[in-house]
Amino acid sequence: MTTITGPQIIKAIIETLQMVSVSLLIGSLLGIPLGILLVITNKGGIIKNKAIYSALNNVINIVRSVPFIILLAAIVPFTRLIVGTSIGTKAAIVPLIIYIIPYIARLIENSLLEVNDGIIEAAESMGATPVQIIWHFLLPEAMGSLILSLTTATIGLIGATAMAGTIGAGGIGDVAISYGYQRFDTKVILITVIILIIFVQAIQNFGNKLARKVRRH
Amino acid sequence: MIELKNIQKIFNKKGVKVEALKGVNLQVDKGDIFGVIGFSGAGKSTLIRMVNYLEQPTSGEVIVDNKNLGKLTTKELREVRKQIGMIFQHFNLLESKNVFENIAIPLVLNHRTKDEIESRVNELLEFVGLEDKAKAYPSELSGGQKQRIGIARALATNPLILLCDEATSALDPQTTGSILQLLKKINREYNITILMITHEMAVIREVCNKVAVMENGEIIEQGNLLEVFGNPKEQTTKNFVKTVVHDEVPQVILDEINSEDENSKVLKLKFIGENSKKAILAEACSEFNVQPNILFANVTELQGNILGNLIVELKGEKEDIENAHKYMKDRKVGVEEVLI
Repeated sequence: MTTITGPQIIKAIIETLQMVSVSLLIGSLLGIPLGILLVITNKGGIIKNKAIYSALNNVINIVRSVPFIILLAAIVPFTRLIVGTSIGTKAAIVPLIIYIIPYIARLIENSLLEVNDGIIEAAESMGATPVQIIWHFLLPEAMGSLILSLTTATIGLIGATAMAGTIGAGGIGDVAISYGYQRFDTKVILITVIILIIFVQAIQNFGNKLARKVRRH
Repeated sequence: MIELKNIQKIFNKKGVKVEALKGVNLQVDKGDIFGVIGFSGAGKSTLIRMVNYLEQPTSGEVIVDNKNLGKLTTKELREVRKQIGMIFQHFNLLESKNVFENIAIPLVLNHRTKDEIESRVNELLEFVGLEDKAKAYPSELSGGQKQRIGIARALATNPLILLCDEATSALDPQTTGSILQLLKKINREYNITILMITHEMAVIREVCNKVAVMENGEIIEQGNLLEVFGNPKEQTTKNFVKTVVHDEVPQVILDEINSEDENSKVLKLKFIGENSKKAILAEACSEFNVQPNILFANVTELQGNILGNLIVELKGEKEDIENAHKYMKDRKVGVEEVLI
């Protein structure tokens, strides 16, 4: 017999959407500039700076090495400082952001590196400032790839929200683990997994379509 | 307009020092179409990037429009770059923007108003003959059309100088011809000084008034087009000239000639400019009673001048042949004996 109700599932879906959207938004606002910074300070970048690049590169690698479940516990004091509590959906958003920033930064870096060096050279030959190069050349040329990167990041976040259940964050992943997996309720596992599959499929399809639209040429 | 003084450039590749430019001196005057030719790896790409300081020299000075680029601040350098348009072998257009937006970019960077941009871009589209492609995207255009857009973009800010980095190397011969005609038109109508690098001598012959030959990071020969084509000194230059000016007799014909015969001599004659219009060979032959047998003839037009190559076998008395030889030499025809 299934131990969860329809309203419970709807609540879980809303919680997942909340966690993913808020952390994606804030994570992107911080991760995208860091990704840009990685590219422009790297060797061959437009404002080469070895100190900034290696500092950033190392911090990103370190944060990305920490398993999310450990990160979740390790930053509890910080989470409490920021949102005033260490349990619940709101509290999960802080570690999710910390988790996703370096991930987004790395994905954005890869996308921007795909931009042909010749484009940047052309920009420099026109006397463009570094900000103009980023805004008028680098970002528009990488747009399709940037969208796909953020799609990957979003799906990564959905996976991470499941683990956020351990601090009572709720969400679909949490339902799958605490009602399905821990109580051996195959039906709940099945329902939640199907919902997650639909989520992932929908996000990936949306990302692909959007990327194709900006790349249509 | 452009002056490179003793430019040296050393690249540090994984701890190994590579000297790309070894003390290059070059002067391009206002209104020139100056061509630099060399094989890949000769240093031409590095050289052309010195002019807009995309590459900085290890030592030496770059002077453009009376400004020493090495002494400018970053901001001043950006202003100078706006006076120097550049086009590229692979066009470097933004794939994400349409033709109109691509040409508009330099104007957008300069914060021009929408109306100014609109009228300038339309004017440029008309100049390069692609008015109907404003809304097209680069991926929908042919190589030649892309280069025309590249040219329009480079001209947007009314530069004094246009740098062409192997601008026709990715194009087929016919398209190359039309792009070169466009460059000539730019030089003529806007009085823009052009510096181009290429590995094709045909490109140089088609548009340049001056040429420099590069090899291993050095300029080994330079001068007016006619001088260099008419009288190449270095072996590499000769090889390049040979690619567009043929002056060799087919072996089959040489085999027919008896080299032991002292009443016959094979001469290679070179007529440059004025003397190509005179009947010097005919005069020499009738004066000294020798019979010319033309083995090979070739005429090349170089920017309104004529470069003629002729290989003849002179038959007659030994002494008469010598006299005819001297007669032509005295009239400034390049005469060289062909040894068989």
